[in-house]
Amino acid sequence: MTQPQPPKQRVVVTSPRTGAPRPRRPYPATREIDEQSELGAVYMRSLIRTQRNLGLLVTGTVTGSLAALPVVFTLAPSVAQVTLFGIGLPWLLLGVVVFPLFVLAGWFYVRQAERSEREFAELVERS
Amino acid sequence: MSNTSGIVAVLVVAIGTMLIGAYGLRVSRTTSDFYVASRTVSPWWNASAIGGEYLSAASFVGIAGLIFAYGPDMLWFPVGYTAGYLVLLTLVAAPLRRSGAYTLPDFAEARFGSPVVRAVASGIAIAIGWLYLLPQFKGAGLTLHAVTGAPDWVGALIVAVVVTVNVMSGGMRSITFVQAFQYWLKLTAIAVPVVFLLLAWRAHGAEDLAGPEFPVFRTETAVSFESDTVVHVERAITFTGSGGLDGERHESGGVHLLDAGEHVISAGSRLTFPEGSPVPHLKSLPHSTNSSWALPMSNGERFPLYAVYSLILATFLGTMGLPHVIVRFYTNPNGRAARRTTLIVLALLGVFYLMPPIYGVLGRLYTPELLLTGDTDAVVLVLPSRMIPGVGGQLLGALVAGGAFAAFLSTSSGLMVSLAGVLSRDVLHLRGVRGFRISTVLAVLVPLGTTLLVAGIPVADMVGLAFAVAASSLCPLLLLGIWSTRITTVGAVAGMLAGGAPALAAGVITISARTADQWFHVFLARPAAWTVPLGFVVMYVVSLVTPKRVPAGVNRVMVRLHAPENLGLEALSAAEKTPEDPPVKESR
Repeated sequence: MTQPQPPKQRVVVTSPRTGAPRPRRPYPATREIDEQSELGAVYMRSLIRTQRNLGLLVTGTVTGSLAALPVVFTLAPSVAQVTLFGIGLPWLLLGVVVFPLFVLAGWFYVRQAERSEREFAELVERS
Repeated sequence: MSNTSGIVAVLVVAIGTMLIGAYGLRVSRTTSDFYVASRTVSPWWNASAIGGEYLSAASFVGIAGLIFAYGPDMLWFPVGYTAGYLVLLTLVAAPLRRSGAYTLPDFAEARFGSPVVRAVASGIAIAIGWLYLLPQFKGAGLTLHAVTGAPDWVGALIVAVVVTVNVMSGGMRSITFVQAFQYWLKLTAIAVPVVFLLLAWRAHGAEDLAGPEFPVFRTETAVSFESDTVVHVERAITFTGSGGLDGERHESGGVHLLDAGEHVISAGSRLTFPEGSPVPHLKSLPHSTNSSWALPMSNGERFPLYAVYSLILATFLGTMGLPHVIVRFYTNPNGRAARRTTLIVLALLGVFYLMPPIYGVLGRLYTPELLLTGDTDAVVLVLPSRMIPGVGGQLLGALVAGGAFAAFLSTSSGLMVSLAGVLSRDVLHLRGVRGFRISTVLAVLVPLGTTLLVAGIPVADMVGLAFAVAASSLCPLLLLGIWSTRITTVGAVAGMLAGGAPALAAGVITISARTADQWFHVFLARPAAWTVPLGFVVMYVVSLVTPKRVPAGVNRVMVRLHAPENLGLEALSAAEKTPEDPPVKESR
């Protein structure tokens, strides 16, 4: 006769409620920050930490690798005697190569720093 | 070098600077114009202005001279001067702009709200500014002497007058135009001759620049000695001409022998050395073959690693503490523009610093007699007319002389603006345009007087000293102040003094006491490696010990320093005021 029906199952259909108005908090998060609330402090701390870590990462990587050079030249003098394109390696590295590297590192930093500021702005304005 | 074309070039630069300044005078009307160019300067203008202001005597003539004498270890100077801006960009630029500070004392007050911190920062900023002005005046004197033979004080006086008139009449707005113009002038003046010098070098057969021999006179060379000079001779050579050697008088006519070893040549001597003989060196300069000169750490210096790392610390961290560098950030409209400006500055400096080493290297072949007279700073000025015969060489020489003069003018202008700003607000307590003008006069008189009184201060040492003091006092204040909420007013003052005072003392001792022969010389001449950590550690530890002295409202200040302006946070609006109307109420 009748086939045993498969057990009824509730299917939950979800989708982001893009059309519906978001429940708004009574006042914007910028005011949380302005009023020095605990929540505002959390927002600010996370932004400051992100920016500080980014700055230290970029500076640390560049200056760290540069600062290794004097030790390398002292411990392994043969490295300093290498020539490329007729120019000694120390001259090439310290006289030419470092400068585009600085610009590259700076460009990377500016991009990342502006991105995290954008994300912070979105976070604060959306909430 | 031709006298007339060199004089014309220097005059053109001086008059051009004045004219551009006068154009700025018509534009600048209000106090805000005067101080901060009404904050309408675009990143490219601002970056050119920073570059123009930053490339000083040390960069234009000093670096080439140091490389010429000491070899690739000195490449750390241009690297450090540029890397200083990378550190500034990544850790200071945007928050500093957002603090609304116009000078470092303004930052100290905005961050700590304490008149004591402000006063200490002002004192240190003024000391650094004066220290940095001295070598500019000195360098101007040397250049004018090399170009025209005028006594040293003339060049110093000309720079002082031009800059004072310019700063007093136009203030920051005209200075921004002047500085931006001068970056491009300086780049042209140093880069165009390089092309011709390299072509000339190839035309002469592209000689090996790092050969196994000592530098030799390329042609028969007459050298005049203006003061008693101790020289070191590697191999016995002959000379003609008249003068005193080891206290013995030689008249012109005969051929005399200069034995290997050390000799004293008396003032007023004029000796002629034959072609191909190895150049005697000034005793204080290292005497090495071109091939060992071309290798790093080969000067036979004591503690070479300490010296290099101290230089790295001073230049990487000192840049942010120089008063004229900080001022420029206020002219950016916001923190984001401050970052972009700094990025452009990195590129502009990088392009410029490709040039000086080329002069230094070619100098070993073409102007080796400077190693004998000790005028190594003149290598940039002398090389073009030496390598290229005729009118072309003279014109290139004039171009370089003009560029060098631009370097002194622009750095002195920037220093003067920032010094006058600090002096008028923190020392004289005079407001408005009149206060700014009075302070300008005071800002120039002190270092000018010192230049005229104190003779024989080495230019490079002075600049290095200013960087070391800045790195050990104001750098900890900026870095810890921006990134840590724990720093207390007591800690800030203690740290600045603990780092800055020994650095300053070490420098003064080096300059006045002539400790060059002592084993500890390098620790005083390059103090940064021990004073910078001292400043940081003292500032942080004292702050941890005095937690009750954390300034009130530190979180609010942190919001202002770090939050993007476009959010319109309330704390920010306080920052958008002119220096006439200070961001934090002065507690006096």
